[in-house]
Amino acid sequence: MSEVQRRDPRREWIARNRLHPQHSEVMAELGRGAASEWMGPHGVLRRNPHAVGFTGPNGVKRIDRSGAQQGVTGGGASAAAAQQKPRVEISDPAFSVVVVPDMAGGRLSGHDRDLLGLARRLADADDQAPGAVLAVVFGAHKESGFEEAGIDRLLHLESSDVTGYAPEARLSALGMIDMAWSPRHWLLPDSKLGGGELGRRLAARLGERPVAGVWQVEADPGQATGWRCITRGAAESLDIQRELPRIALALAECAEPVSDIRHAATPVALPEPLPATLSRIEDLGQVPVDPAGVALSEAEFILSAGNGVRDWDGFHHTAEVLGATEGASRVAVDDGYMARDRQVGATGTWVTARVYIAVGISGAIQHLQGIQTCEKVIAINMDPGCDMFKRADLAVVGDSTRILQALVARVQQSREEQRDAA
Amino acid sequence: MQPETATTPALEATVLVSVGRHPVTGRARRADQDARGVELAKSLPNARVGLLYAGHLGSDNESALRGYLGMGFETLSLLEQPEGADVLPALAEALEASSPQLVITGERAEQGEGSGLLPFLLAERLGWPLVTSLAAVESVENGQATLLQALPRGQRRRLKVRLPALLTVDASAPAPRQSAYGPSRRGRLDTRAAEASEDTAWAEWQVQPARKRPKRLKIVKATSARDRFKAAAAKAEGGGGQVLSDVTPEEGAEAIFKLLREEDVLR
Ligand SMILES: Cc1cc2nc3c(=O)[nH]c(=O)nc-3n(C[C@H](O)[C@H](O)[C@H](O)COP(=O)(O)OP(=O)(O)OC[C@H]3O[C@@H](n4cnc5c(N)ncnc54)[C@H](O)[C@@H]3O)c2cc1C
Repeated sequence: MSEVQRRDPRREWIARNRLHPQHSEVMAELGRGAASEWMGPHGVLRRNPHAVGFTGPNGVKRIDRSGAQQGVTGGGASAAAAQQKPRVEISDPAFSVVVVPDMAGGRLSGHDRDLLGLARRLADADDQAPGAVLAVVFGAHKESGFEEAGIDRLLHLESSDVTGYAPEARLSALGMIDMAWSPRHWLLPDSKLGGGELGRRLAARLGERPVAGVWQVEADPGQATGWRCITRGAAESLDIQRELPRIALALAECAEPVSDIRHAATPVALPEPLPATLSRIEDLGQVPVDPAGVALSEAEFILSAGNGVRDWDGFHHTAEVLGATEGASRVAVDDGYMARDRQVGATGTWVTARVYIAVGISGAIQHLQGIQTCEKVIAINMDPGCDMFKRADLAVVGDSTRILQALVARVQQSREEQRDAA
Repeated sequence: MQPETATTPALEATVLVSVGRHPVTGRARRADQDARGVELAKSLPNARVGLLYAGHLGSDNESALRGYLGMGFETLSLLEQPEGADVLPALAEALEASSPQLVITGERAEQGEGSGLLPFLLAERLGWPLVTSLAAVESVENGQATLLQALPRGQRRRLKVRLPALLTVDASAPAPRQSAYGPSRRGRLDTRAAEASEDTAWAEWQVQPARKRPKRLKIVKATSARDRFKAAAAKAEGGGGQVLSDVTPEEGAEAIFKLLREEDVLR
């Protein structure tokens, strides 16, 4: 089949002429039965005002201007909206701003996005000579939204010596970037996820005094770099106002993230391959920790029990097999099945888990408040209309005892398969 | 006193201590992370632990420094520095002279700039490896230390590092023991003069008590009034979740298992 789109002028003419006897058939064939808007062949938006609205109960034509109607016929409107963000291309940047995001869990975190927003402010300050934002990503990732985050150039390093905990190899990569691009600004997140450490190592290696804990940056022509910043010092008890140096470690919410434009995120590569570094620190991998010993507020994976749990031994066993930290709703705590410090919710703990499994929890607002920042919520409940299902990314209707049993069996089966394969 | 300890050479460890600041009263105290570092060093088997402080000795911070002596030490080496001096050169020189195997520090000072940079500068200057966020030292043998590093979310990572090395201590390291009053009074502050270098940049900065950071506003970028209203009145909802009804428990478990796999939480 040829890829070339052929135009049929006759059909187009019929489509334009709504009095033509074949008009509705042709429109249906073109796949826009009652569409009121479509993209014409020359990229001009065409409208059919007669297709707008509907006939109300009294036979009067009504027009719903809420946008709901278009939403129905549009199909994939949100995907189209992402495409419609204006795209900015900086082909000949005057300077560059390098950002090294944490990429916790393989995705840009909120902190990373704030930092990229700050980088955009630094890069776009002068319309005549805009700078480019270069992001350096180490190791494999799952992020697809680099363009919307405001990245012009993306340097992705995934050789085996910079993955895992490899501060020395990463540092030598950053040193090469400093030589190759001589960035005007280096921005790193001042976090415990690796950014804070790498930034300080970089500053020590380059022999420059950085600033840590930046939470506000403002233009100031009186300073040599043109910017001043406010940072937190002395265990959060002092605010220090100073010039913004070349290397900055910024806190979360230091700037607004980029929201309404897209950037190119062009892949770039290092001018020469990374030299092999002899690391004096050897990574022996993560150590399994007892999930029950992890504080509920910082646990990554929580299995939470509510009033719908009947088989408590089975529940504890499931948590053990999954390696999840246990949580509970208030009712489970009040009934004495779980300890008070396991309660999730408004009067319990506000959890930040990446994955939260709610077993037999109805989803009262006091409970939902506690799981606001959870990324993925899985709900198991008998009642298909419960509020927890509205929040859940995956909801399974059924009896908690039997589903947990099946889940335990499934996990153990896969572990056995792995063992056999190994 | 045992014969074994006399034959194997002791592990020389130096803990860098500083004067902390009580978060509520603002009074000088043992710095929390430094005290944890001292506790960690004390728990190392067969180690000779020394304390080192570089800075100004005033009447208010003497009792704070004596707090470390109360953890079971007879002396604390003190490098006399004027207030607000850059203590890096003095510390580096002292460490080069005494050449310990392990240097343990806190992550950030509780007074002054508190940027947490000192261990990094010191490691760069001495040319030693540096391991951050230490939770425990598992073993030290054959010139290598096996360490547990604290990661966010209560996770741990095991690392092996060649000695001599610099370690910074995380807040999840074991809590420090109480400081005993008697030993803290009896202990000696072994004051030595050291060359001072002035921190000129610090003097240029404006320093004031921390302001509360403004709360981030939820900015709604909507083109129509209806969208703005909807955003303001919206309930927090994930929306668009998948609901499995009329499935056998096995099918439900399979779907949950797949999601757990995707999110990589099963170990
Ligand atoms: C001031 C105040 C503060 C509160 N703070 C908190 C708080 O911090 N945290 C908190 O959790 N609650 C809190 N609550 C209580 C909250 O309002 C709810 O009462 C509570 O969360 C409900 O717990 P639940 O979902 O476990 O129980 P229920 O509401 O009884 O829900 C049980 C669910 O289990 C399902 N179910 C039953 N049997 C099975 C089965 N065999 N298999 C599968 N599903 C089954 C049912 O369909 C139901 O949806 C607070 C209340 C007040 C007034």
